[in-house]
Amino acid sequence: MTQRVEEVPFEPRSVYRRRSGRISEIKYSLYLARKNPLVLSGSVLAIGSILIAALSGIIVDPRSWAFQYPPRYYCWNNPWINWHLQNIKPCPPGTPFYPLGADAFGRNLLNMIILGLPIDLQISFSIVISAFAIGVALGAVAAYAGGLIDEAVLRITDVFFAFPGLVLALVLVAVFGRNLTILTLAVLVVWWPLYVRLTRSQILAEKEKPYAEALKAMGAGRLRILFLHIIPNSIYPVIVQATLDIGGVILTFSSLMFLGFAPSPLTPELGKLVSDGISFVSQAPWLVIFPGLAIVLVALGFNLLGDGIRDILDPRLRR
Amino acid sequence: MLSIRRLNFLGTITDSTLGELESINLVEARNVFKWFPIKGGLFGRTIANVRAVDGVSISIRKGETMGLVGESGSGKTTLGRTIMRLIDPTKGEIFFDGVNITRLSGRSLKRYRRRMQMVFQDPYASLDPRQTVRSALTEPMKIHHIASSKKEADEAAAKLIETVGLNQDHLERFPHEFSGGQRQRIAIARALAVNPEFVLLDEPTSSLDVSVQAQILNLLKQLQRRFNLTYLFISHNLSVIRHMCDRVAVMYLGRIVEIGNMKAIYESPKHPYTFALLSAVPNPDPTKRKEHEPVLEGEVPSPIDIPSGCRFRTRCPYNTEKCAREFPPLVEIEPGHWVECHYDIDFSSARRSF
Repeated sequence: MTQRVEEVPFEPRSVYRRRSGRISEIKYSLYLARKNPLVLSGSVLAIGSILIAALSGIIVDPRSWAFQYPPRYYCWNNPWINWHLQNIKPCPPGTPFYPLGADAFGRNLLNMIILGLPIDLQISFSIVISAFAIGVALGAVAAYAGGLIDEAVLRITDVFFAFPGLVLALVLVAVFGRNLTILTLAVLVVWWPLYVRLTRSQILAEKEKPYAEALKAMGAGRLRILFLHIIPNSIYPVIVQATLDIGGVILTFSSLMFLGFAPSPLTPELGKLVSDGISFVSQAPWLVIFPGLAIVLVALGFNLLGDGIRDILDPRLRR
Repeated sequence: MLSIRRLNFLGTITDSTLGELESINLVEARNVFKWFPIKGGLFGRTIANVRAVDGVSISIRKGETMGLVGESGSGKTTLGRTIMRLIDPTKGEIFFDGVNITRLSGRSLKRYRRRMQMVFQDPYASLDPRQTVRSALTEPMKIHHIASSKKEADEAAAKLIETVGLNQDHLERFPHEFSGGQRQRIAIARALAVNPEFVLLDEPTSSLDVSVQAQILNLLKQLQRRFNLTYLFISHNLSVIRHMCDRVAVMYLGRIVEIGNMKAIYESPKHPYTFALLSAVPNPDPTKRKEHEPVLEGEVPSPIDIPSGCRFRTRCPYNTEKCAREFPPLVEIEPGHWVECHYDIDFSSARRSF
């Protein structure tokens, strides 16, 4: 009648144990994240901005970047109401239907900020991910091969480090023309050397540890040791740096836009918004303050998240 | 045991090519040097060399445990790593089962890596922190294509973990979840995963708790009997060496100064350094303790600037002018007991004055 526990075969138990181990690790990570208020607010900001960016076309009419629509919204600058535009006056935050105010063309600032987010995040993610991939590949090869290859890679990164970042990007944009691809590449060119150095230093430290030698003594090949052991052990600080850099790239990219490198006036981007608002800063300061605040909040969110991830992923800080 | 040995021009032992002898020695280092150059100056010239291993010959017979003792900095670990081909010797040759493996690389070296494994001093650092025990144990099998399927490897891992006295529940855990002794058991299990013939034990117990040390040592002895292993046991702990080894080699500043059977070394040491080491071992019985324990004075000289002649002379109470002038010969005092000293000192009367 009673079932005997001993008859449970070995295999399912081991699978169960393994999975429960991983789930409990993830649960523990989430618990650590919840416990820390900075990490919590950082992740709320970061995930919130990603969600808003992803859903921006649904939340807000995508046409509201180009002109004010629909007409019933109350604002003196709205050409549907004040078609002759005789009495243009600032529409400050708090005007009905305009929680963050409107600009000189009667466009809803909140809508514009929401529409400006996705392009910033997309470009930031693509730059960071490509810089990460290039950096890890080159850095790992340089550190592990050593010798001439290491020297060559280091000298190339030195060349890029020698230029002030933004200036190099400006030159590239000036030479190759103004479109989003060139702008992205320009920032990427400035960004990847950092990852090469970081990865290289991490791997140099890691490859001297006894377990790498133990694997060598065991008969493991160089590639196996590098890809299955050293890289997984040294990648976490690089991941943290990447999270931190998402905010940094947004700032850099917006500064490029602010400096007037936007491909067209219709490119929805936060830095561009600040740049447009600067001409009206004495009459309508909110045109600068709110887009700037949006940039700061997104960058801050990712920075806090990165800091938190560092604390959570590092096994020495974890336990 | 029939052995014909002669001194080569550097004063180190060279085994002559007797067929029988070749088959008796599983691992052999012949006149091995490992110098680490110190680069400096404008063009990165070699200014000096750290002479970590300076002309060492040692042979380990099948099935025996060879002990390698010495102070820290004596080059015992460097010698071990050179024998394992983890670093290349500056000069000299390493033989495994009669085959010269000094110049092997790639696939041909990998064949020998399967037959010789190593257990490291720090069991935590020598295990990948992000690898479960199961993965650590099955990885060497994967590398050497021992297990034909994943299931077979898992079964072998389960068997292995029980061999070293842990249980199967431990297979899914990570190294940081174990105590030091358990970690060292895992490291031992990993070394045994490929069924090696020779295991180099590089101070396997010195980072462990004293209570755990004995367990690990007994486990190693038991495994040696069970799997017919040959050990090279590196340690600075003379009591541990005495418990474990059949033969002992004493290393000082990159050279083996005395080598012989465990009994001969412990009961009638012939080199003043060996004698000093042995008399520094604390006696656990307080009634037998002497007033002034003879302790070796001074520090080990720098391996960059090695004293002329006998390298022990700066600390040797018996040192003479001859010691500074001439390199001491390697003398076979009794069969299989070699000493690198100019004099045949009788320590039985010297116990107090030393």
